[in-house]
Amino acid sequence: MKALWGLLAEFDSPKALLRAARLAYREGYRKMDAYSPFPIPELAETIGLRRDGVPLLTLLGGLIGGGGAYILQYWINVIGFPLNVGGRPLHSWPSFIPVTFEMTVLFASFGAFFGMWALNRLPAVYHPLFNSETFAGASRNRFFLCIETVDPLFELDGTREFLMDLNARLVEEVPNE
Amino acid sequence: MPEAREVELMQEAAGRPPVLGRGQTYASVSDHISAIVLRRPVGIFWLALFAGAGFLFAILQYAIAYLLMEGVGIWGVNIPIAWGFAIINFVWWIGIGHAGTLISAILYLLKQSWRSSINRFAEAMTLFAVMCAGLFPLLHLGRPWLFYWLIPYPNTMTMWPNFRSPLVWDVFAVSTYFTVSLLFWYQAVVPDVATLRDHATNRLVKKIYGLLAMGWRNSARHWKRFESGYLLLAALATPLVLSVHTVVSFDFSVADMPGWHESIYPPYFVSGAIYSGFATVLILAIPLRKFFGLEQLVTERHLDNCGQFMLATGLLVTYTYLAEDFFSWYGNDPYGAWWNWNRAHGAYRIVWYLDLIMVCLIPLLLWIPKVRKKPLFLFIVSLDIVMGMWIERVMIVIITLNSPHMPSSYGLYIPTRWDWAVLVGTIGLFTVCFLLFVRLIPMIPIFEMRKLVHEIEVPHT
Repeated sequence: MKALWGLLAEFDSPKALLRAARLAYREGYRKMDAYSPFPIPELAETIGLRRDGVPLLTLLGGLIGGGGAYILQYWINVIGFPLNVGGRPLHSWPSFIPVTFEMTVLFASFGAFFGMWALNRLPAVYHPLFNSETFAGASRNRFFLCIETVDPLFELDGTREFLMDLNARLVEEVPNE
Repeated sequence: MPEAREVELMQEAAGRPPVLGRGQTYASVSDHISAIVLRRPVGIFWLALFAGAGFLFAILQYAIAYLLMEGVGIWGVNIPIAWGFAIINFVWWIGIGHAGTLISAILYLLKQSWRSSINRFAEAMTLFAVMCAGLFPLLHLGRPWLFYWLIPYPNTMTMWPNFRSPLVWDVFAVSTYFTVSLLFWYQAVVPDVATLRDHATNRLVKKIYGLLAMGWRNSARHWKRFESGYLLLAALATPLVLSVHTVVSFDFSVADMPGWHESIYPPYFVSGAIYSGFATVLILAIPLRKFFGLEQLVTERHLDNCGQFMLATGLLVTYTYLAEDFFSWYGNDPYGAWWNWNRAHGAYRIVWYLDLIMVCLIPLLLWIPKVRKKPLFLFIVSLDIVMGMWIERVMIVIITLNSPHMPSSYGLYIPTRWDWAVLVGTIGLFTVCFLLFVRLIPMIPIFEMRKLVHEIEVPHT
């Protein structure tokens, strides 16, 4: 493993960060990430994340939950434990709708929530960026762009110069350990 | 986003108070809100409240222990009025729990940015209210330790729950509601506990919040999936919140009882739920903003908006009362007419008149803009609404069971001290949870406030 995780550039405003990210992407950098105290629209697209997988996982969760709930109720009422309630047909589907609906929502929410964390590779309480002194500002009022050493174009001096040219307040080396 | 700023300017031109006090920056909102958790000493007032709430909570534990030993006979319930306080309180608490998710989900989808500063504690309120609500049907089961029979699982009795019963739907609706509200709430808490982790100086505190934050590092890729997931959860929670009280209303309206067997029940219950929920939000928000100095973040605008919501939903509830009167006359059903007569002239008529005064008449004061902007007035009206909505549930549950079809089944219900003990006990449980919440988790979402600063103020660091 390399001793250095990457170069962290600090910016003052969302606008400056957005501009820096756009230029870095245009320069050809791919292994990088931006950090901001609140979600900034288009920032993720700018650094190359076009589609996130969360909607798909939500849909899958909903299908599993709703389908499973209906099939379970059908099986219980028609095959497993047929019970005559007030002379209604065994497959009295209208009364299966509320539970089917609730389970659709529940499992779709599981898909959205757990899917989101899984795609983000979280929880992971350690990350090299936490070694940086200034990085805590990302949850207050600072905006960061980090170009990682694994990027093929990464070159310590060249990349540092590139980041300084983007009007970064500060460029910091982030150690891996 | 210029949109939000333009809307804000228009509102200001119309003479409405701002949604965010002047001069707020990313740093000021972060420091102000996180300091409440990290630096503010525990005050004598908080301790006194906590002690009082803890005492009520102890009463709840005592009442539950006694109930488990003796059985539901210690309550005033009996045939014909077998539901009593347990179901009244259940419907009341779960109704209160509706405003949280409504504020966070529906207003989020409608892009109402003013919701940002009140959604966190409204959601927390939802969680605690649903916890209190969930206790009642469990305790009312008679043998609460067998509650898991309501869950479909393969068992040696080879028996399954009856999925045609609204009581089973209720189990699914309430447990789904609690779970989804918890996920929705916790997801938005994560970036804020990450803020606390970064602001904390004490190593142990840093570690605890670090664990809760799960390694959140404000990455743009993470934010994108976060927002995508949050939007989806909001979209899922919106029909869910409407479905929960609908299912609760099915408990009543599916039964063939005069006064219950009405198709207006789902919207009736949902509007009543939102009504009492907003009132509870205000009962909590008004003292909170005062004691924690949050007037710049929870402004008069929020109070005004909540007041308008209460006015609208209160009028919907009043409309339902009128519709019920109309149907019992127009429907030409002698039992419905008898129920209606009994409501106004029977043994429990005082409940009905109190209901009309507290739910329909007093809240009409909210038409006056001054009342909506004066925190004290608004607080009093909100208290009136919450109590009035409890009385409304007494009316719904008791009066119908008191006057069923068969004259031989007429009966009275008089709550015992144990009924009251469980009711005040859950208020204690709720307050204990809420007091802990305001000390341990940022009660206003910090990252959303930073976003609001970005959208509304001309950004300066």
